[in-house]
Amino acid sequence: MSNIQGFLAIELDGAGWDGADLTRAVLVAESAGFHAATFTDAPAPGRTNALQRAAFAGPATRSIALVPEVDTVYTEPFHVSTQLASLDYVSGGRAGWIVTAAESPEAAAAVGRSSVTGAGLGQEAAASIEVSRRLWDSWEDGAVIRDVATGRYIDVDKLHYADFETPADFAGAGYSVKGPSIIPRPLQGQLPVLVPASLLGEVPADAVDGVLVSAPTPELLAAEVRDVRTRVGAPVAVIAELDVVLDSRGQAAGSRESAFDGGRAAFAGTAAGLSDLLASLLAEADGVRLHPASLFVDLEELGRLVVPELRRRGVLRAPVQDGTFRDMLGLERPASRYTSATAAPDGAGK
Amino acid sequence: MTQHTRAKSDVFMPSGQIQFGVFFQGVNSGTIWKAAESGSQTDFESFRRIAQTAERGLFAAFFLGEGLRLREHLGRPHALDVVGRPDAQTMLAALASVTKNIGLVATQNTTYNDPADLAHRLASLDLISGGRAAWNIVTTDNAWTGANFRRGGYLDHADRYKHAEAFVETAKRIWDSWESPDGPARRVLHEGQHYTLDVTPRLPRSAQYRPVLFQAGDSPEGRNFAARQADVIFSAHPKFDDAVEFRKDLVERSLAAGRAANAVQIMPASEFILAATAAEAAEKKEWVRSLQIGPQQAIAYLEQFWGRELSSYDPDGPLPEIDPVVEETSETRGSGFHGAKARQLADQWRAEAKDKGLSIRQFVTSKTARIDSTFTGSYTAVADQLAEYARVGAVDGFNISPWLIPTGLDDIVNHLVPELQERGVYPTEYRGSTLREHLGLEAPERFADQAAEAVRA
Repeated sequence: MSNIQGFLAIELDGAGWDGADLTRAVLVAESAGFHAATFTDAPAPGRTNALQRAAFAGPATRSIALVPEVDTVYTEPFHVSTQLASLDYVSGGRAGWIVTAAESPEAAAAVGRSSVTGAGLGQEAAASIEVSRRLWDSWEDGAVIRDVATGRYIDVDKLHYADFETPADFAGAGYSVKGPSIIPRPLQGQLPVLVPASLLGEVPADAVDGVLVSAPTPELLAAEVRDVRTRVGAPVAVIAELDVVLDSRGQAAGSRESAFDGGRAAFAGTAAGLSDLLASLLAEADGVRLHPASLFVDLEELGRLVVPELRRRGVLRAPVQDGTFRDMLGLERPASRYTSATAAPDGAGK
Repeated sequence: MTQHTRAKSDVFMPSGQIQFGVFFQGVNSGTIWKAAESGSQTDFESFRRIAQTAERGLFAAFFLGEGLRLREHLGRPHALDVVGRPDAQTMLAALASVTKNIGLVATQNTTYNDPADLAHRLASLDLISGGRAAWNIVTTDNAWTGANFRRGGYLDHADRYKHAEAFVETAKRIWDSWESPDGPARRVLHEGQHYTLDVTPRLPRSAQYRPVLFQAGDSPEGRNFAARQADVIFSAHPKFDDAVEFRKDLVERSLAAGRAANAVQIMPASEFILAATAAEAAEKKEWVRSLQIGPQQAIAYLEQFWGRELSSYDPDGPLPEIDPVVEETSETRGSGFHGAKARQLADQWRAEAKDKGLSIRQFVTSKTARIDSTFTGSYTAVADQLAEYARVGAVDGFNISPWLIPTGLDDIVNHLVPELQERGVYPTEYRGSTLREHLGLEAPERFADQAAEAVRA
């Protein structure tokens, strides 16, 4: 992706939250100027389903993209596809998908399957992404014709079987998905699909729209971003992952820093320091996703000090009012891969 | 039972009240798409409008079906009716943020879901909505539907309720696994014929303890299942005498299952065609029916049973003399036509149409339009009729399918609801904040669990 201005995403964790907490968080994030909110689905006590949290936030917001994690290993790809397409409808085209591949034995035991490990995880993710992409295209645009003269609600020629089958070298139990989808094509045509860099390889770069990149320190993070960019090529957004804890209300950041698990690059300090770091990261990455140590405390500082400063420096792209997540990422709306040759010769969607 | 809010446990006492739910169908011929007023079936605004209108009319619940595979006709997706609908729980989670009180009912099958995952998502919807979620439990068994899922068509028809019941009991154990509101949760193990699981639940109880359970099966097995497991049955018996019979039957089954006579509420599927006068309503009905079953739909309906193309037949003429293609189970006709004794049925239908002097279109309208579940008439006459249901306790409410989206509830909320309120048979406010409270359901009994031991299905 060749852009000068980047975007900011924020993880809205939400364990133990009710609907009112959720609305407050997403509205604060939107008004602070974040481009996207993400919703983790990692198992934790009190954490509700990520895709439902994103759906709940849909009607309450206007411009922020809503991007839940959805597992691909122990879920039904047909349901996942329908749920994400539905999220796109309830959010007016602001939905995306962070693909995850559950690794824990507990996730396998919960559905009574044997654990998928190693390359099998990426294969499950790749298969599920392919199922969703085919199903999202399985109703061409304009398939609902409402033609009173012929009595046809849909044009059957614009509906297509997905006929997905797992490849021969699939490590897990192979499966097939017939289609078509039970819901018309999502508003965006195809939802932006983001994957953690760890799944790249088994998941081909041309199957995704964005890659989430982690590294143990901010310095290593910039290098990792450069490395991933050379692996995935231009049209894929590279998104740096950063834990954040800010000095707030006279309390030094260090006192709250222990919240981090140590897997991700972390920043603790002043808003000015963070602004400098983000500006330098955004020179390399298309976007940065922030994981605040305590959401409401850090979000207030981010909205008050950091986002305005980054805007002043001209490193953030302008939010698109009533735009789609694809618009925000600078992606065109693709034609369905099944578009009849006569209708649109330039054809193939992702 | 912890408390009795409505009646002594072993004698059925009518509550004297009815409630409404709304069923946004999203598929099939009941929803008119050919009228100028017909709105989008997928835009969020259509769902918001119906849900908010229902809430203005103090409806207990907003209800969504579930799509697992597109209905087909002669080997291709069926083109003539409304089709293409969102995932139920995703839509309900979004509606939770634009409504305050109305219950949110998701139809979800036990065959192509995993118990731990579905229980988690329903509990999630229940928490996000502040205790307004419900699950309409359905089962599926055919391989045709299974073609969209990892596990394919694995379940025998005869096993589907056994499987569903083990599923529902597992879900209840997951919801009941928290010893106190603050936890910790007990680990839930299940080892059965169709699935095995080992999970430590992550969500606490909701404001209504756990999601309300609806059930829609009408076979004796389905009724017994409801009597043992459900809070509400979404029945197919709205006609008065039929409804009274159904109530009797369900009371007996509930008592036999060791539950209170009124443990399971009854909300039949229904359609309302209303106007200021009876004559106007009758006229409106003609219009509604003509748009629900057009000439193409009439021919297509017969084609599904005949298993062959019939487009050369005149929809305003007699039923085809040609015989159906006989197939015991069709892979392409969609669910609902299993083992149809096609030739026998064709003979029977031809005789019936001839006797009554019906054309193809008239005959199909008589078969498909909700003749048994439609209330047609003036607001006052229909209100009188419903008041009688309330008086004898024939039903606890009606689950209304609007024939127009998104304005199909306006008449009901603006005119019928006030008439019912005047008669003292309809709520004048929401009783509480949860669906369980709206319905006046007792707090559920904690599901009897064998602690940490594996339970065999």
